[in-house]
Amino acid sequence: MKTKLRAGGIVAMAAALALVVAGCGDDDNGGADPTPTPDETTAVDPTPEPDETDPPAVDRDPVTVTWWHNGVGEPLYSFWQGIADEFVAANPHVTVNIEAIQNETLRNDVLPTAFQGGNAPDLFQSWGGGELADWHAEGLVMNLSNVIPDTVAHIGAVGNSWAIDGAAYGLPFTFGPSGFWVNTEVWESAGLDSNNFPATLDELFEAWNAIADAGYAPVALGGQSGWPVGHWWYWSAVKTCSSAALLAASNNHDWSDPCWVQAGENMDGILTSVNGGVPFNQGWLATSAQEGATSASGLVVTGMAAMQLMGVWDIGVMGGIYNEANDLPSDTLPPAFLSWFPFPNIPGGGGDANLMGGGDGFSVHTDAPVEAAELLAFILSDSVQQRYAAMDNIPTNPNAFGSIPAGSANLLPLAALENAGFVQLWLDAAYGGQIGTPMNNAITAFIGGQGTPQDVVDAIVNAAG
Amino acid sequence: MSTQVETGDPRAAKTARGSSPIVTSRKKKVTWKRRVEVIGFTVPALIVYVAFVFVPIGYALVMSLFDGTPISPFTNFVGFENFTGIFTAERQFGQPFFWDAVRNNLLIAVASLAIQGPIALGVALMLNRRLRFRRLIRLLIFVPYVLSEVITGVIFAQILNPNGALNYVLTEWLGLEGMRFFAWLGQVGDGGIGSATFWVVMAVLTWKYVGMAIILFMAGLAGVPEELTEAAAIDGASYWQIQRKVTVPLLGPTIRIWAFLSIIGSFQLFDMVWILFGGHTLLGQTGMHTMASYMVTMGMNRNMVGYGSAVAVLLFVFTLIVALIYQKFILSRDLGSDSRAIRKADQKKARADAKAAKIAARELTAAETGQET
Repeated sequence: MKTKLRAGGIVAMAAALALVVAGCGDDDNGGADPTPTPDETTAVDPTPEPDETDPPAVDRDPVTVTWWHNGVGEPLYSFWQGIADEFVAANPHVTVNIEAIQNETLRNDVLPTAFQGGNAPDLFQSWGGGELADWHAEGLVMNLSNVIPDTVAHIGAVGNSWAIDGAAYGLPFTFGPSGFWVNTEVWESAGLDSNNFPATLDELFEAWNAIADAGYAPVALGGQSGWPVGHWWYWSAVKTCSSAALLAASNNHDWSDPCWVQAGENMDGILTSVNGGVPFNQGWLATSAQEGATSASGLVVTGMAAMQLMGVWDIGVMGGIYNEANDLPSDTLPPAFLSWFPFPNIPGGGGDANLMGGGDGFSVHTDAPVEAAELLAFILSDSVQQRYAAMDNIPTNPNAFGSIPAGSANLLPLAALENAGFVQLWLDAAYGGQIGTPMNNAITAFIGGQGTPQDVVDAIVNAAG
Repeated sequence: MSTQVETGDPRAAKTARGSSPIVTSRKKKVTWKRRVEVIGFTVPALIVYVAFVFVPIGYALVMSLFDGTPISPFTNFVGFENFTGIFTAERQFGQPFFWDAVRNNLLIAVASLAIQGPIALGVALMLNRRLRFRRLIRLLIFVPYVLSEVITGVIFAQILNPNGALNYVLTEWLGLEGMRFFAWLGQVGDGGIGSATFWVVMAVLTWKYVGMAIILFMAGLAGVPEELTEAAAIDGASYWQIQRKVTVPLLGPTIRIWAFLSIIGSFQLFDMVWILFGGHTLLGQTGMHTMASYMVTMGMNRNMVGYGSAVAVLLFVFTLIVALIYQKFILSRDLGSDSRAIRKADQKKARADAKAAKIAARELTAAETGQET
């Protein structure tokens, strides 16, 4: 019996080995035979943007561009398909194959696996920051500053988080700053003026206490996922540190500037200044960020809490929860009682001109045909970005800012973005998962009342190794 | 005739030995056709098994020797550094701790047996009697087990939310004002039996999995011959005596296999806690990580795929050791996989067969002698 098992085991291991070898072989073949690659000369030859002058369709070999994006929902899904169809109509030698994949699946599973297996797409979702730096280190992403320099220049500073050593390896098509989303009905029922939001930290504290006295949770926080808690400390750091210190941390993993410990002390100051040291909704640690009516977003839109510090997408999330709770059609616009104001400056801080947020972008694979970069240039062209903005999104092409519908809540964050001197990507995204995750854990523990400001900085430095 | 038996007629001896068919002559007839048949049936299963069990195990094993990233897992060879890192790790501010996760798995395994076992046995014994609505009750008990872990996790996450239904009931209906925003799943600490959150998780796990134990036990009870309980009743045994001395001992194999499945399930627990706690942050802050959730956190959320793979290998080894020990010492009685046990059983059967043959022969002889006289 035993010998039989052993023999079986050997057979199984041999078969496993054979399969591993076969698997590797497949990868090699897949890697050696990707979608048609352009020759070197065309790859570095900047071609005009399709919307400006249609490139001559003749004399170009048929080429297929695969495009993976995260727009699984409508209207974005159809919008991207329409853009691809337009691009193909203008460039008949190109075929565009689109795959829409849910954001986290695409980011954590599908793209890494595709990069490993050598069958990566030509144009794909890109979140910038530390993740993009890893891709660049592996030689996976194309230097767009060489291929579509006009587009890179036109998008400007908002694309900094997609640039490495001054060269663009991706470009954002939307970017939104983080800030306070406010339920003005709750705000006003606490006796506050919703046409006059707090401009300083002291004014914010006053409003905070007034709302708490009126019996509401002043600020909703969904701590369950960690990152919403992280955003509080990030903001303290972004408003405490100079842009040079922020860049040193992002680019060189250098957190030696004393502003980082000061950021924790300022955070502590905020937490203890309001509502007798109970700044957030009770049980915030076990509250989810944006899932359903009991989440932090739900508390704001259902009138249980007054405001939440969150990214621009929150208005869509709150609108969805509101529509669901009130049996409204899912495409109903977000309720008009939601408004927005930016994080106030911290007195004595070095980051008054700084702003933090995040966006969605695309990168082009190193081996992709140049048409993939041309498609990206088309996506960021005035015409496409204007239509994208008209769907009530914040574009990155300045010529499309005016296309956001009048009265949109997105106009307020957009104004803050236009006035910002320096734009910092979410710190966890900027540093990548290896540092971002333990950083958020340490911040969550710190805001929960444990440890010291130094402990948070130590956790970040330890994780960076 | 009597002489035939007494002199050991081969046919008579074979008849007396009885049960085992003669296979010697058939063995020679194993043709290539039969071999193709055997190969045809086993190879597809073997390929699937190898591809989806052995290859991933080997892959994880190799990956655990590197300090790679999700996009290039096989870069930066570090040998067994990931493993020594796990064993020498110290608690760090705000970060999940591997040995908390190991302890949680062990506690969940023990607590599942201690809580679910008695409940399931009691309910199974109750449902084994003739009851009204027995089928309905059985269905209701089994429904939680049929629900997917994700659905169960989402439902309980909503109920146990600080703004959720449970706290509403406790405050608005029962007047327990102190429970208004109680975070059932958010008690910060290192977890373990001192944490309220641990027992909340145990309650959810019991709700989810006790149905499986009950159904298994009921199936086991259906296999207990009525004659035995009837005989015991006729001998004057009370209901409880019958259950204790007859039914439960005969349920032994079922209980042992359930306990085995429960222990393995406890070691591999992932989806339920992950959904219930909404990901790794809250699991880490409450010290409620399991080995599997710790593995995913380190491997996928922290992008340390080598370290995560090392945790996966350890989880595999732990589970394998527990499974082997359990099989060796407890399940062997039921499965008969232990060769010594088989040999013993064979010897016992041979002795019994010989005895039966002797008795048969003696009886036959006696009958024939009786006839003759």
